[in-house]
Amino acid sequence: MNTSTAPVSQSHEAPVALAAAPDGWRGLVSDWSSDRQAFQVSWGKAMMWFFLLSDTFIFGSFLTGYMTVRASTTVAWPNPSEVFALHVGGANIPLLLIAIMTFVLISSSGTMAMAVNCAYRRDRVNAATLMIVTATFGELFVVMQAFEWSKLILEGVRPWGNPMGAAQFGSAFFMITGFHGLHVTGGVIYLLVIARRVLRGDYEKSGNYQNVEIAGLYWHFVDLVWVFIFALFYLW
Amino acid sequence: MSTSTGQQHPISLYLKIWGLLFVLSTLSYLVDYFHFQSYLRWGLILTFMLMKAGLIVAVFMHMAWERLALVCAILLPPLCLLVLVGLMVLEAEHTFVTRMLFFH
Repeated sequence: MNTSTAPVSQSHEAPVALAAAPDGWRGLVSDWSSDRQAFQVSWGKAMMWFFLLSDTFIFGSFLTGYMTVRASTTVAWPNPSEVFALHVGGANIPLLLIAIMTFVLISSSGTMAMAVNCAYRRDRVNAATLMIVTATFGELFVVMQAFEWSKLILEGVRPWGNPMGAAQFGSAFFMITGFHGLHVTGGVIYLLVIARRVLRGDYEKSGNYQNVEIAGLYWHFVDLVWVFIFALFYLW
Repeated sequence: MSTSTGQQHPISLYLKIWGLLFVLSTLSYLVDYFHFQSYLRWGLILTFMLMKAGLIVAVFMHMAWERLALVCAILLPPLCLLVLVGLMVLEAEHTFVTRMLFFH
């Protein structure tokens, strides 16, 4: 490390490490990656965590924006408990669909955690099966969300207005749940790709099944975001 | 097992957390079902939300077993969002008061 960071100005005798370093783009990559390792995890896991950190800011900003428009409107905010009620057996049950969606997503997190455990025990079939079950729960969630969107659109909710109250309700709802649904959809595809690789035995040679854990991180994050949306948008 | 090769924890632990998350979700749903209002409602909603988030991050995402360097790098920056929330609360209050003065 000392030789490679020596000042270049003493160029009458270039440091050995610098002379051996590659030029151009390869040089740029090797220079920027030559620093000391700060995180004692694989680069894949560290990068997934940094991606999730950036995603936290995206959803955090969405939810803060929602808070701002809800707190600043002088028109009454539509009551989510009534807007998202389902008519079952002659009675309106508040937030029924949302509650089911919450339980489905939590269950998918549970099966994902178990898939990670199986993968590290090199139990390929069970790991892949549990990942496919997780993806199926995720898909079920997206289907229910599509149903919910259709129901609200039929009732006249639009991003610029709705018959129940404050006009900002629609834009906040479609933006936040839409972006989250997009993440779930992407996660389903991601999980299926990794499950296929597990089944095919791609990780058998190295015996390194960390890609399953990394996919799990993404999936649990999607569940985590839903916890916040459920509390702050639907229950507030 | 060391953290550099992966996180391995018993399935029974995951199942317990799964159960806890179910219970907490049910409780937060009941807050709405029984029409709790005002500070009791908001307090309970936020408490259950933070407990669920903590369980997911700590156990399912294995943060409880990661090294402190990674934990700090990931969990501290989102606190900046609290500053944003604080600023936007002031901004929203101001907008609300202005709208009440000029449009009502």
